[in-house]
Amino acid sequence: MWSFHQIADFINDWLNQRFNPTWVTVIEMIITGILVISLFAVLGLVLVIMERKVSAWIQIRLGPNRVGPKGMLQSLADTLKLLVKEGMTPTGSDKFLFNLAPYIAMIVAMLLMAPLAFARNFQMWDMNIGVLYITAISSVSVIGVLIAGWSSNNKYSLMGAMRAGAQIVSYELSAGLSILAVVVLTGSLNINEIIQSQANGWWIFKGHIPAIIAFVTFIIAVTAETNRAPFDLAEAESELTAGFHTEYSGMKFALFFLAEYVNVFIVCALGAILFFGGWMPFHIGNWQGFNHVMDFIPSSIWFFGKTFFLIFLIMWFRWTFPRLRIDQLLNLEWKYLLPISMFNILLVTAMAIGGWHF
Amino acid sequence: MAFLKSYLMFIVKYIKEVFGAVKSLAIGLRRTMYYFTHHKEIITQQYPDNRETLNFPERFKGEVVMPHNENNEHRCTGCTACELACPNGTIKVITQFITTPEGKKKKAIDKLVYHLELCTMCNLCVVACPSDAIKMAQTFEHSVYDRGELTKILNNPGSKIMEGVE
Repeated sequence: MWSFHQIADFINDWLNQRFNPTWVTVIEMIITGILVISLFAVLGLVLVIMERKVSAWIQIRLGPNRVGPKGMLQSLADTLKLLVKEGMTPTGSDKFLFNLAPYIAMIVAMLLMAPLAFARNFQMWDMNIGVLYITAISSVSVIGVLIAGWSSNNKYSLMGAMRAGAQIVSYELSAGLSILAVVVLTGSLNINEIIQSQANGWWIFKGHIPAIIAFVTFIIAVTAETNRAPFDLAEAESELTAGFHTEYSGMKFALFFLAEYVNVFIVCALGAILFFGGWMPFHIGNWQGFNHVMDFIPSSIWFFGKTFFLIFLIMWFRWTFPRLRIDQLLNLEWKYLLPISMFNILLVTAMAIGGWHF
Repeated sequence: MAFLKSYLMFIVKYIKEVFGAVKSLAIGLRRTMYYFTHHKEIITQQYPDNRETLNFPERFKGEVVMPHNENNEHRCTGCTACELACPNGTIKVITQFITTPEGKKKKAIDKLVYHLELCTMCNLCVVACPSDAIKMAQTFEHSVYDRGELTKILNNPGSKIMEGVE
């Protein structure tokens, strides 16, 4: 059966027969880079059309339905439009930082791809601190937003950027604590080991109520971290026109837009890895027959299925809940989520020490 | 003891708040999930495609018209109540004196000029009319190439007032 793992091994063998090891590494890095960029492009297109269709159906509308079959090529047409649009740089802005900001947002999103396991044995970089790496790098994304807001020389942009800063810094805490819950249960920061530990059941089932609480706080915190509604204060259309990317146009705007969607994908992939077992098929304890049937579904389908389920969850939230005010936002984090997740981590620790999980 | 009691009250209130919030959010999520899965609820009308089957709400207002019966008779007495009621000077009633067959001089409309380009479809003229001579039609495709075409004369040429309308 074909799998990503086999294809990667085949390419590796083929290259090793023809080139010396240094060139093999260089060529493989180039291939990986191209794959990451094309994954970005595909994710951008797919997630934008998905968001537009989901929002339309939730709001009792039809959504895009003219370009291509059932409107599925709409986002491709939009991308084409953005590509040919002029990328303006305002006269009063800090030109260097203004042009740098979209690339920072983009690079951060790209770096986050590195430790994700897309399928069985298919990973760019199997590092022993994968989860820590993701939490560390994702905090850098706030710098791109702050630079964009500051360099635009526009009060809406600056206000949006400051809000985004306050929001990301505060929600990082409960996101980190909910991630920590799974790390405590697994005893490892390595993403592969976290996935392997879920071979006999995903943590959301094995971890009882504390894992469910951790999952809920994780979803809330990452929604806030990716600046999406109901926490989209940073770009609150009705108050700040578009927040930190008010002054951006053309492809520079598209890069921010793409980075937002890729970030959504990455946090959902992380959620799938931590709580739903990543590429691990759905296994129930010792039911050998059932487990074998589940093993027949390719691991990449399991991974993308779970990730897209979580993405749908976040989109569902976006189009259901009203936006929070800035004080309500900070109240929610500091008075509710943080105490709850701290108490939860205590529970999880007791559970891990006592071995009460399956 | 009192301190402990108030502390306990606070904890209970806190937990109640959390559960109440989760419950209310769940109600919202259930509603949107219903709409997401039930596409028959979609209210979008794909306008140029369904021109033949368009159906309007009863109160949809497109323009002011004056209905005439088969004998080319209308109900307008030329009282100018509509002109007075109109907030932005959309209607202009031009009256004339006609001689009835009995030889009596009587006031009647010559033209009822209606400026569609100024009309806000507020319905005040229709409400003000004492003899129900004008009403709102549901036509809405009003785009024309010249602004003059929007100035309409509502009474048909050669029409006269219906018998019995005073």
